Amino acid sequence: MTSAPAKYAHYFADFQSLIQGAGAGAPNWLKDLRDTGWSRFNETGFPTARRGNERWKYTNVGTIAKTDFRLAGGPTPANSSKALAPSYRMEGASVFDLVYIDGRYSPDLSSPAAPSNGITAASLASIASDSKFSLEGQIGRYAPPGDDGFAALNTAFLYDGAYIYVADGHSEKVLVRLSYTTTDGTSPRITHPRTMIVAGQNTDITVVESYSGPKDNVYFTNAVTEISVGAGAHVDHYRLLLEGEKAFHVGTNRVNQERDSSFSSASFALGTALARNDLEVLLDGPGAYCSLNGLYLTADNQHIDNLISIDHAQPHCTSRLNYKGILDGRSRAVFGGTVLVRRDAQKSDAEQTDKNLVLSKQAEVDSKPSLLIYADDVKCSHGATAGHIDPDTLFYLRSRGLDLDTASRMLVQAFASEIVDKVQVEPLREYLDALFNAAIPNKSLPVAEAR
Amino acid sequence: MAAAVKGSKPLLSVKGLTASAGDLEILKGIDLEVFPGEVHAIMGPNGSGKSTLANVLAGRPDYTVTGGQVLFEGQHILKLEPEIRARMGLFLAFQYPLELPGVRAWQFLKAGVDARRVHNHEEEMSAREFDQMLKAKVEQVQIDPDLVKRAVNEGFSGGEKKRNEILQMAVLEPKLALLDETDSGLDIDALRIVADGVNLLRSPENAVVLVTHYQRILDYITPNHVHVLFDGRIVRSGGPELAYELEEKGYDWIKDAVDVGV
Repeated sequence: MTSAPAKYAHYFADFQSLIQGAGAGAPNWLKDLRDTGWSRFNETGFPTARRGNERWKYTNVGTIAKTDFRLAGGPTPANSSKALAPSYRMEGASVFDLVYIDGRYSPDLSSPAAPSNGITAASLASIASDSKFSLEGQIGRYAPPGDDGFAALNTAFLYDGAYIYVADGHSEKVLVRLSYTTTDGTSPRITHPRTMIVAGQNTDITVVESYSGPKDNVYFTNAVTEISVGAGAHVDHYRLLLEGEKAFHVGTNRVNQERDSSFSSASFALGTALARNDLEVLLDGPGAYCSLNGLYLTADNQHIDNLISIDHAQPHCTSRLNYKGILDGRSRAVFGGTVLVRRDAQKSDAEQTDKNLVLSKQAEVDSKPSLLIYADDVKCSHGATAGHIDPDTLFYLRSRGLDLDTASRMLVQAFASEIVDKVQVEPLREYLDALFNAAIPNKSLPVAEAR
Repeated sequence: MAAAVKGSKPLLSVKGLTASAGDLEILKGIDLEVFPGEVHAIMGPNGSGKSTLANVLAGRPDYTVTGGQVLFEGQHILKLEPEIRARMGLFLAFQYPLELPGVRAWQFLKAGVDARRVHNHEEEMSAREFDQMLKAKVEQVQIDPDLVKRAVNEGFSGGEKKRNEILQMAVLEPKLALLDETDSGLDIDALRIVADGVNLLRSPENAVVLVTHYQRILDYITPNHVHVLFDGRIVRSGGPELAYELEEKGYDWIKDAVDVGV
């Protein structure tokens, strides 16, 4: 059995109690995977912004490393946490709800898919031992523990999460809502949500993954999501960061796309002390299409880091990357977007943009879009902007009778709406629209210097 | 053509107005009176200050007023915010209307209408009432109804943007409309639609100040008065015939006349 450096003693203690307690009944492959994760975490630890570590250049996770985050002791009463989950409704024949409290699946709050019909939407813990789901080799395939310290730690603590699978040719639209909620505890809590989505050929899956927790508690969500999009399948993936203001969130997302598949993602983030959204998409079959969108709104001393990478590994693939940020206070947004076009990926079509609207004089944006192109017959573009509200535009609205605050607010809302409007699920779109509109600060905004 | 109501009070009264952008003095003493029912054309070569005049009257913050006064319906307006002037009934049709991605035309126009109504101690319009009014205005100014469903001016052609300004004018029903080179860059069909829109909105109660470089639009909108602006001053005023004289002789004629002090 491996031991641990003193600084990770609390993780070691929790790891021991997991593998000897709740996780003791896991199949061997899962036990091995956890061990690999734990060893890997001990080797790498948490990433630092050391020289040459481009992936963590602008984001300091020192506070995460220094805090004694612990697993929640036992199951939390379901009713105490209900109010924390996002409150939009969704109805329909193939709508499934999986709710997790402090990292554990809550059967009382969930409505999983009945195990039939070629659809699985179930708690990982409940099916891990069932060989008919053949999870061995699937979990960790796209997000191996070697990716970085966070993925390794998540893998070490792999116990519960969601497994969503739709069999080949099942064309009915399947909608799954995953809610990962942390409740308040006396000491800082950590959860390691793990999500695996497998879309068979020509299937159509929508997944809304949301993360929430108490407003005033320090806690840490260390999530990993793996998505496999089969040939001709369509996956619509939403990621809602509704964490508390003192929360830390690191999300590692890995997506693999086969021939002629399409993947749309929209990441919405509000008010987390530190949030990292790491998303990698591998376009691994000709004709694959992905559209990756994001909207973040930060205030105070909040920090958000979006690290997005798209790998055009095959010809005739299209990617669209469109992230937008609204920054207030002394908050900081980091954006790293990489589009890699491999040598044989001819006829690749890639566009990426990151636009930031800065509402205060002190907020800061570090945006670094990059294109790495090794094929010659491609169409690629990128761009990044950061600035205050345009004074000419503001005057245009004021000249129609709108006061400064109303005009500014309308422009900030309009800026956000481009991403919100991409949400295909109507109740979710309305929920997000209201959520972001309410979060836009009510104040006079600085405007860019007049030309 | 609606005739000026004689003996009425001026809607707009500009006296000795001077204004600058940065260190550059652009308006060097403008005097202008506009009465209800009138259409004034302000013509002049590039750089003469025509657009500046329209923008200063509307309250654009880029300019500093250094002297003079402007009364709108007898009220001093130079210290008022642009939105207050708009609510009082002043409208500027922009030379370069801005694109507002994500701002729906409906929302934008209703906010403007409601701001003015609240200013006049009236209730905000109901959505239904506004819908009906907007539909009627769309028909009136012959704009493509689809343009109203889109974000304001986003991806519009130059002509569509100008037409959209006319629609906004129709919806907001200003007492005084300042048209800042609304005619420039338009083909003849678009020009006719813009002119028709303006003519439709003319009434004995309101007035139009048409800032233009070209005489062309005056074939469709007959002004009561034509003023020639040169180097920040109005150097000639006359009737519609002045526009034709300018067309014939060009602006050099004015420059030469000013230079020799005629």
